[in-house]
Amino acid sequence: MSTPSTSVKQGRSELGVALLLLVLGGWAVVDALRLTEQQSPGPIDAKTIPLVVGGLLILTAVLLAIDVLRGGRGEQEAGEDVDLGHGSDWKTLGLLAAAFLANILLIDRLGWPISGAVLFFGTAFALGSRHLIRNAIISIVLSVGSWYLFNLALGIALPVGILKGIL
Amino acid sequence: MNAFTELLNGFATAAHPTNLLYAFLGVLLGTAIGVLPGIGPAMTIALLLPLTYSLEPTQAFIMFAGIYYGGMYGGSTTSILLNTPGESASVVTAIEGNKMARRGRAAAALATAAIGSFVAGTIGTLGLALLAPAVVKLAIKMGAPDYFAVMVLAFIAVTTVLGSSKVRGLAALAIGLLIGLIGIDPTSGQQRLTLGIPELADGIDVVVVAVGLFAVGEALWIAAHLRRTPAEIIPVGAARMNREDWRRSWKPWLRGTVIGFPFGAIPAGGAEIPTFLSYVTEKKLTKHPEEFGKGAIEGVAGPEATNNASAAGGLVPLLTLGIPTTATAAVMLGAFQGYGIQPGPRLLQTQPELVWGLVASLFIGNAILLALNLPLAPMWAKLLRIPRPYLYAGILFFASIGAYAANLSTFDLWLLLVLGGLGFAMRRYGLPVVPAIIGIILGPTAEEQMRRALQISDGEVSGLYNTWFSKAVYVVILLVLVVPPLVGWIRNRRRPKDNDVLQHAEKTGD
Repeated sequence: MSTPSTSVKQGRSELGVALLLLVLGGWAVVDALRLTEQQSPGPIDAKTIPLVVGGLLILTAVLLAIDVLRGGRGEQEAGEDVDLGHGSDWKTLGLLAAAFLANILLIDRLGWPISGAVLFFGTAFALGSRHLIRNAIISIVLSVGSWYLFNLALGIALPVGILKGIL
Repeated sequence: MNAFTELLNGFATAAHPTNLLYAFLGVLLGTAIGVLPGIGPAMTIALLLPLTYSLEPTQAFIMFAGIYYGGMYGGSTTSILLNTPGESASVVTAIEGNKMARRGRAAAALATAAIGSFVAGTIGTLGLALLAPAVVKLAIKMGAPDYFAVMVLAFIAVTTVLGSSKVRGLAALAIGLLIGLIGIDPTSGQQRLTLGIPELADGIDVVVVAVGLFAVGEALWIAAHLRRTPAEIIPVGAARMNREDWRRSWKPWLRGTVIGFPFGAIPAGGAEIPTFLSYVTEKKLTKHPEEFGKGAIEGVAGPEATNNASAAGGLVPLLTLGIPTTATAAVMLGAFQGYGIQPGPRLLQTQPELVWGLVASLFIGNAILLALNLPLAPMWAKLLRIPRPYLYAGILFFASIGAYAANLSTFDLWLLLVLGGLGFAMRRYGLPVVPAIIGIILGPTAEEQMRRALQISDGEVSGLYNTWFSKAVYVVILLVLVVPPLVGWIRNRRRPKDNDVLQHAEKTGD
């Protein structure tokens, strides 16, 4: 499936998952211990279940680490459009995250009709579409169209931002 | 009033012109979104949830009924025309279905899937209508320990059945339970795992969770591994079958229904096992064993009917006990809770109009589905050709609207990004997403029931298993844990050939 060196490297990142589980488990336990005991009726209180779940996370972290060290590997999800032949494409992911962040930062300032268009245009660009003019038109139609759909037909007020009075 | 008159009242609700329109819209949108590659039924419902925010609960659920069946049928179209299916329940359909399509019999494969889904869905919904009141009678006597036991069964089943690695399934469940704990503890009023962030005090909105883990996680995962050469799609005309196809299909449809419904109705982990069982049964009973592996119509008709019957069966525990057995049902439960409706034994008494309207809409939606899909098959096939950048950009676009519209707050968009990252990592490292979703949605209720049970027993652990029902459920849990590895071991020794198919089926858990 892969050369020994990449397999070792992959093993290291699989151990990262175990570490993440461990950290999450630790967080649950620490958070639970800070809860006060009184004012909860019944024999088990607010901290019991977080402690159990934290323990479960720590247990799975240990079991997963053992599994990985014994050569077990997580099975990457396959799909219609997925090509597992190459590793993760971090450039595409970075661009996608940037477009997503742009929407988060712009939506309350400029409004959804603009931030949504930026989101769609940016993600389509990140995914390799280079029909810039066509994409820009689609983006604007989608974001303005969805704004009208939600505000007029569904009664959900998506932010209008700087286009207030125009739309 | 008996179930029959209730059901007639339900039809009166569902047949109202506005409600019919919502059912039709639901089927149309559900199929259109579900047919898109990479979008399973759970994601279809999660993405379309925002459209129902402003509707009355009854109308919203009538629309859901359409989306539910539409999304499922859309998924099977994708797997027949494209092979590699996006959701685990369609894996078996794809085995023979795609081979049929390759031999130029795509129209027959789609037709037997559509008509089989209709037959199984109709019988299954009838089963739901007849069984639900009986289960409610039993459920009303169930106490906290009984509920807790059934929830443990749901957790165990979903973790052990899905995916090839039990450790990873358990890890996914634990992550889900952890996310479910975030927010104010309803019993003591204390904040748990909120990091002092006020937006987290109410917990994470279920729409944000579902859209983040399914839609954003999936879009990010596929984006990072996008196939540069487009997948091959088989062209198709209107779906239809000849006399021979009918003769070979009707028995598998009925057998599939019989296999699928009970598996869906018990909280034991989705449609993977029954669809595989149906496939093996048809392979054994067929008069054309030479066609299996090359595109046998029985191998599409049986599993596809099973899939739909099991989906109808899955609504029994969802509506009567409030326990989801699949990701799709979990998202539906989240939607119910969003309306302040808690499914459970009392739901049939407190909201009869809603429940029976929903059941009646399932019948109507099923019929609309059939009428729509036989002639529209070529149009759905065209949807598969949508350029991938637009498809995944569109998913992220609508996921963002959905998450933002839930509370009109940018905080949910940040959460969406974090959960999307989590979904990406889970796909990368083989952690199944379904146990996490079930954990998030069922975890808080399980905690409540466990506390109640122990409160009644005054802290004695025996309070968790002091009823005959809970004892029986724990026996079943033990069987679920012990029997499958045993069967796998025996099958491994006896028939290595059949096992290939099973392993293929296990590979694509979503």
